[in-house]
Amino acid sequence: MREPTRDQALRIYRTMHLIRRFEERVAECFAAAEIPGFIHLAVGQESVPATVCALLERDDLVGATHRGHGQVLAKGAEPRRVMAELFGRATGYCRGKGGSMHLCAMDLGVLGTNGVVGANLPIAVGTALAAQVRATRQVTVGFFGDGAANTGAAHEALNLAAVWDLPVVFVCENNLYAEFTPQAVHTKGTSIAARAAAYGMRGVQVDGNDVPALFDAAAEAVDAARSGAGPTLLEAMTYRWRGHHEGDPMAYRAKDELEAWRAKDAIPRFRAWLVERGMLAADEDERLVGAVAAEVDDATEFARRSPWPAPEAALEDVHA
Amino acid sequence: MAVMTYREALNQALREELRRDERVFVIGEEVGLYDGAYKVTQGLLKEFGAKRIVDTPIAESGFTGVGIGAAMVGLRPVVEMMTFNFALVALDQIVNAAAKLSYMSGGQFNVPIVIRGPGGPAHQLAAQHSQSMEVYFYHVPGLKVVRPSTPADAKGLLKSAIRDDNPVVFIESETLYGIKGEVPDDPDFTIPLGQAVVRREGRDVTVIAYTGMLYRALEAAEALEKEGISVEIVDPRTLRPMDVPTIIGSVRKTHRVVVAEAGAGFAGMGSEISAFITEQAFDDLDAPVERVTGANAPMPYAKNLERAKTPSKEKIMAAVRRVCYANGS
Ligand SMILES: Cc1ncc(C[n+]2csc(CCOP(=O)(O)OP(=O)(O)O)c2C)c(N)n1
Ligand SMILES: [Mg+2]
Repeated sequence: MREPTRDQALRIYRTMHLIRRFEERVAECFAAAEIPGFIHLAVGQESVPATVCALLERDDLVGATHRGHGQVLAKGAEPRRVMAELFGRATGYCRGKGGSMHLCAMDLGVLGTNGVVGANLPIAVGTALAAQVRATRQVTVGFFGDGAANTGAAHEALNLAAVWDLPVVFVCENNLYAEFTPQAVHTKGTSIAARAAAYGMRGVQVDGNDVPALFDAAAEAVDAARSGAGPTLLEAMTYRWRGHHEGDPMAYRAKDELEAWRAKDAIPRFRAWLVERGMLAADEDERLVGAVAAEVDDATEFARRSPWPAPEAALEDVHA
Repeated sequence: MAVMTYREALNQALREELRRDERVFVIGEEVGLYDGAYKVTQGLLKEFGAKRIVDTPIAESGFTGVGIGAAMVGLRPVVEMMTFNFALVALDQIVNAAAKLSYMSGGQFNVPIVIRGPGGPAHQLAAQHSQSMEVYFYHVPGLKVVRPSTPADAKGLLKSAIRDDNPVVFIESETLYGIKGEVPDDPDFTIPLGQAVVRREGRDVTVIAYTGMLYRALEAAEALEKEGISVEIVDPRTLRPMDVPTIIGSVRKTHRVVVAEAGAGFAGMGSEISAFITEQAFDDLDAPVERVTGANAPMPYAKNLERAKTPSKEKIMAAVRRVCYANGS
């Protein structure tokens, strides 16, 4: 069992808080019509990107999903510039031209959130191929959902990565629903990780809200990728607390199902783990939570007072 | 006649055709249990059951191919694309199979499939979710392409599309689902594919537009009336086959043309329309054909950039004044 160091553990814990706070703020700003469009929040699923990305180096790469704010923040993106992008401002990572579903941060290896389900996975395999060709030791993580697992793009990507032994970790955030469709309606069986055997790669299903268990599985997968031992399909079982997108009244889910998953919230579970190991004193916890709240407030204010993109930007960047 | 929304009209068309012909079935993401992502298929699962209203995984290429196969052996599938942007994932099946099978098989097979769903830009959905998808399809021989603009057209054209023996790409408008209009109740009410309609009679200039741009054109026409310019508006409704005679007839009357479309202008619908007007009615023109189009760029996310990229009532008015050599305000 690989355990996170104190630094890693505190980073994971802080990142989970940051994602939660950030997403809750995005929900408020959406309700106030400050943020438009299709907004898919990751409240309840923070532990997965927070834990996986804590194992990555700065020059490692991440192919994110439509539910990707947390994945991008976990890779180290500045909350200010993510929030500004969601507000459609010039100071956002994509100069206000991408928004929630096209959020890229090249310096951090963030290949982009993606509005087309499954489409990010072959691209993630492509950056892994480049790393292999150039022998850079970079690892690529391709996030995807239980719904995305059934796209042709996902099948093609998994096979390509396996047959070429590429340095990629496929992380399935299985939140039991694809939009409004429960997993049993779109997929036979209850394990996406089990498919890994057929592709010829390692497959692990893990409780995604159990940070130490997830850390152990992800550390093995990242090490394998980095050391040339090929890809892993890591399936993290989790649950989204909010609607598929903001504005979804969630009529298709039983209320007690949500309550049961709230009781499995990764944040207090991991806090207990940290406290038990003497890694987090009560006053430290308070400070950390307060600092995260201040950071999100600052990001929101930054976004609000940032300028709109200049009109010329509409026609810039069409070509390199 | 009943007044209903564009969405309800589509629902009624589906319901009537499902009742009329047991070979018809609906397949796509969220069409059944959830009653449709945009509620176009509301209540259909309840009435027709899971064999005829089929929920699928996220697999556009797969379930479009499934529809094509079923159509080749006699069923009449209506495939829903949650939004038409995702039809790009199924483009190979649509272009290489549905469109060409009749031809490639020397007429042995036909593919009576309808592929329908919302298209066009909505509000700040950004580059991958704001595309005027018709351009990818109307180039392809073998496909029919429909873009309905009113509730009555939505119903009448969808019923014709389902009854047609060919593959029909039927692109609804996400921003029009809530508009209301009168719709005939007669279950045999249909509107033939390939027939344009004159939405507004006028003398001085013809504006050709469909879906959202049609409404911008109607607003522009009202405003221009006050400047003394009389605008005729033609809605093609079906983009392929295009009703060329109706458009040429209007050009012969007004001698001036503006084409308005939401998508990027390069090789857009206006390019084709101005080409056949030039070929067939060059001597009737008193001014070059003007195109009002989206900018030649993907759709930006930021509100101000989206507005800058999108054609507007004002841009249509300016183009009309230009072809009329008028210098209004
Ligand atoms: C190719 C494609 N088809 C359909 C959609 C519409 N859509 C957006 S998110 C989504 C569900 C994705 O489910 P999953 O992969 O489980 O991710 P989750 O939303 O649960 O995080 C669908 C169908 C899309 N964006 N792309
Ligand atoms: Mg899911």
